[in-house]
Order: sequence, then structure tokens, then C-alpha cells
Amino acid sequence: MIFFFKRAFQDIRTNKFLNTVTIITIFLSILIVSALVLFFLNTNDYMNSWKKGIRIIAYLKPDIVEANLVDIKNKIQGLYGVAEAEFISKEEAMKRLREQMKRQSSLLDGLKENPLPDAFEIRLAGRSSNIENIENMAVQLESLPEIDDVEYGRKWIGRFVKLFDLFRLTGYAMSGIFFMAAVFIVVNTIRLVIYSRREEIEIMRLVGATDRFIKAPFYIEGIIQGALGGIIGLAVLFAAFLYIATNVEYGLSSGLLHVRFFSLRLSGTIILCSMLVGWLGCFISLRQFLKE
Amino acid sequence: MIDKNDKSAIIRMFHVHKNYGSKKALININLDVSKNEFIFITGPSGAGKSTLMKLLYLGEPVSEGQILIDGMNLSRIARKRIPLLRRKLGIIFQDYKLIPTKTVFDNVALVLEAMGKKRRFIRKKVNSVLRMVGMEKRFNALPQSLSGGEQQRIAVARAVVGMPKIILADEPTGSLDPESAGAVFDLLKGFHARGGTLLIATHDQELIRKTGCRAIHLKEGRQVSK
Ligand SMILES: Nc1ncnc2c1ncn2[C@@H]1O[C@H](COP(=O)(O)OP(=O)(O)OP(=O)(O)O)[C@@H](O)[C@H]1O
Ligand SMILES: [Mg+2]
Repeated sequence: MIFFFKRAFQDIRTNKFLNTVTIITIFLSILIVSALVLFFLNTNDYMNSWKKGIRIIAYLKPDIVEANLVDIKNKIQGLYGVAEAEFISKEEAMKRLREQMKRQSSLLDGLKENPLPDAFEIRLAGRSSNIENIENMAVQLESLPEIDDVEYGRKWIGRFVKLFDLFRLTGYAMSGIFFMAAVFIVVNTIRLVIYSRREEIEIMRLVGATDRFIKAPFYIEGIIQGALGGIIGLAVLFAAFLYIATNVEYGLSSGLLHVRFFSLRLSGTIILCSMLVGWLGCFISLRQFLKE
Repeated sequence: MIDKNDKSAIIRMFHVHKNYGSKKALININLDVSKNEFIFITGPSGAGKSTLMKLLYLGEPVSEGQILIDGMNLSRIARKRIPLLRRKLGIIFQDYKLIPTKTVFDNVALVLEAMGKKRRFIRKKVNSVLRMVGMEKRFNALPQSLSGGEQQRIAVARAVVGMPKIILADEPTGSLDPESAGAVFDLLKGFHARGGTLLIATHDQELIRKTGCRAIHLKEGRQVSK
């Protein structure tokens, strides 16, 4: 095993140029794919926190008596996807309105009677906050006899979520394409490496080397190249991330946009993936070569 | 049922033909080589000597006929077992076939590495074989920095290092001066004396006369008696 590693390193040294090309190929692919993944990770975070903020307001009919409130609350909380329902009395609603209006709140003093209805403010459970669920919930709420009207940002939520889904789908597709392109390029550079060494391989076979013996250093090389390409790719991405993150957060200077890098585990997975790219590239080109 | 002759034959060729496309390189070769025999293949250039060697180490498939080597039928051998066949053979190629990117030492050591031998053993064995061919001082050189004769001696070293049962030597003294030719030849004789079987392709009639061993003559791909 040590021997195979030694041979692999020796091979890398003697084939510097093609090995560098392979590493750069893997590095660029990993950089592009993980930049995409990072972008979607952060926008997804942002979307989720935004979705969590989505509230559905269910206004109650004016003639509801207080004794029924617990009953209604239970009914609402029994619906699928509801995290919590909070009762907002019309007095509470008025208070909030006053706070929102601040100075102009004196305008409200003129009112003889509180015109606001009692309401329940409903928060959605994290997972269920896709647009279909929200619409479903609204329909179910409206069908309750005690509820007069339901309000949520129907149209623009729908549009926004759909746009984002489309966006994300494109991202997945692009990541997939880049992954395949990386494998394809690695297959071809390794094929060049093998081709430049076909004489050596042929001689090895003639003196009694098994295919396994011949292939092992190539696999080790491929995996090392994958690891190096992956590590460099992540490092460059991290540097770019730090640069952009400090500027963006400074520029917006609101806790609104909090960006993050990959977790250690995800970074590890990405490096494993890039090793897989190296391995797969070797596997495909070696299988073609040693078959004839 | 046991045929004494059969038992001692290590290489058997039955009605072997070899065509390269429409070119007939070998025609109906029948040959038994017994264990520990010292045999020459001779004939003019283009007669088919190297082709016969190639068939024996499966560098080329036979077009017709059968070849048995040490109990292995070469036309039936599974791909996976070809390395096993080749480890029974030590091959000295007419064009040496040294790996240009590896040092002299690594070229010779490769045979033992492929067999999975221990590093300590490899180092000792390779050094002793290089000493035998008088190349121990050049162990770190690359093949292209050696003369033709020196490369040939490395090729010989590589052929004997794995202690094969059979040596196939294609013009092993072809590019050597008489002195180093003699040294290489002594090395091969030593291999024979230790019980090895030796097949040498050459057109050096002098060599054959000196040893008085059996010689197979080829002419335009046919066996001819002289
Ligand atoms: N790969 C090949 N494709 C086509 N023809 C070939 C091939 N190898 C050899 N031949 C032909 O087969 C014939 C025998 O060649 P071979 O190399 O066996 O001759 P040889 O006896 O070894 O000659 P020399 O003494 O010059 O080495 C020659 O006519 C050669 O042109
Ligand atoms: Mg020849």
C-alpha cells in the first residue's frame, strides 16, 4: 500500500503538467458548483426565515362570545400546518395600531367605538409553509363558521415562492451539469495521462504485472488530485466568501442578512465529492483503456 | 499412459500458424521444448523469430494451432491469468522495452514489485542481479543515458531477476561487443545450469556452433531442417 502511494507520488511528479491540468479542472468545477450551492444555501436560509414570518390573520365575526374562544383556538390549532394561533382582541389590535401610527394616533381618539374585529394570528409550522399549504389553510379557515375573513399576502407570496423554486431548480440542474462536466474533463485528462504512458503500461503487463497493480497508483493519483482540487476550490471560495460577506454585511449593516459558509461536515462532503470525481474519472478512462 | 517425453516438455507448439492480416509470419510450427533445454531459434531477418517469441508470451494471439506452456493452454487462458503465465517467463526483448521514465533499479525492481515481494528482498535481489550484469554502479541512471549494450544488460537483469522457469531471449547479445556478449551469455548459461529452460532467438551462427545445442531454423515462417 505504501508502495502504491510512493508510485502515485512519483507519477504525479513525472507528469506534472497533466496532473496540474487535472487538479485545475477539478478545482474550477468544485469552485463553481460549491459557489452555487453556497448561494442557494444562503438564499434558502433567507427564504425560510422570511417564510417563518408569514402570518395568516383570521378575523372573527363580531358576535362571537368570549366563552367560545378556547374552542375556536383549538379548532384552528387542529388544522394541518398550524404552529400556533394567538388571539388578538380588538382592544389589543387597537393598541398595536396606535403604536404603529405613533403621532397620528390622536386621529383614532375621535372614534366612538372600536371598529376593529377580534382576530387570531396564525403562525405556520416551518416545513408546511409552502404556498399550497398556505392556500389550503386559508380555505379551511374560511369554512369555519366563526370566521369572517382571512387575510394573507396571497398573490405576491405565490409569485415569490414560485420564482424561488424555479431559481433553485435551475441551480440543481446547473450543479449537476457542472459535476458531469468535471467528470468528463477529468476522464479526458486522465486518458491523456494514460495515453502518454501507454508504453510503460504495456511493458508492465509484459513483465507480469496484474491490471490491479497497474491501476492502483492511478486511482490513488485520481483521489489525491480530487482532494487537492476540492481543498483549493473550497479555500478560494472561502476567501471570496469572507471578502463578500464582510462587505455585504457592512454595507447593509442590518441584522437582516446573515450569511454563512458551509458547515465543517458539508465542507467534508464537498471534498469527498471531489475525490469521487477524481476516482470516477480514473475508473472510466482506465476501464476503457485496459479493456482492449 | 505417462509419456516420458510429454512429461518433460515445458513448451509445446502444435501446428501453429500466425498471420498478420494477409501476411503469413509463421506457418505450421511444431515444437517441443523440454525442461532445462537450451534451444536456439535461428533464421534470416524477417523469418519469424520474434513472432514466435511473441506468441509464447501472448504478445500476439495465435491464428491457428495450440501452444502449451508449463501446463497452461495459451488459447484457453483466462485474461486474469495472463500475468501468471508471464511470471513464468523472463523475456529479453529485441528492443529491450525498458521504461524510459524509471531508473535502472526501478526497471529491474518492477518485476518483483508486481509479484508483491517485500522491499528488503527486492533491494537485495536487484542489487545482486545488477552486479551480475556489471551495472551496479549505474542503478540510478535513466535508460536513455545508457549505451545500447548497457540497456541490453539491464534487459537481461530484468529477465532473470524474477527467477522464471523459462527465459525467452530475442537477440540477447545483438548489440554487445564480444566481451560483454560473453558476459551476458555466461549469465544465461548460469541460468540454464540452475535448471532453467532457455530459448534464444539469434542469427549468430557462431554462438550456436560454440554451444552445440539444438537449433530450430526458420525461413519465411516455415521450419526448415538444415
Ligand atoms: N505487427 C506486425 N504486423 C504486420 N507484420 C508483421 C508484424 N510483426 C512482424 N511482421 C512481419 O512478420 C515477419 C516476421 O517478423 P519477425 O519480427 O518475427 O522477424 P524476425 O525473424 O524476428 O526478424 P529479425 O531477425 O529482423 O528480428 C516479417 O515479415 C514482418 O514484416
Ligand atoms: Mg526479431
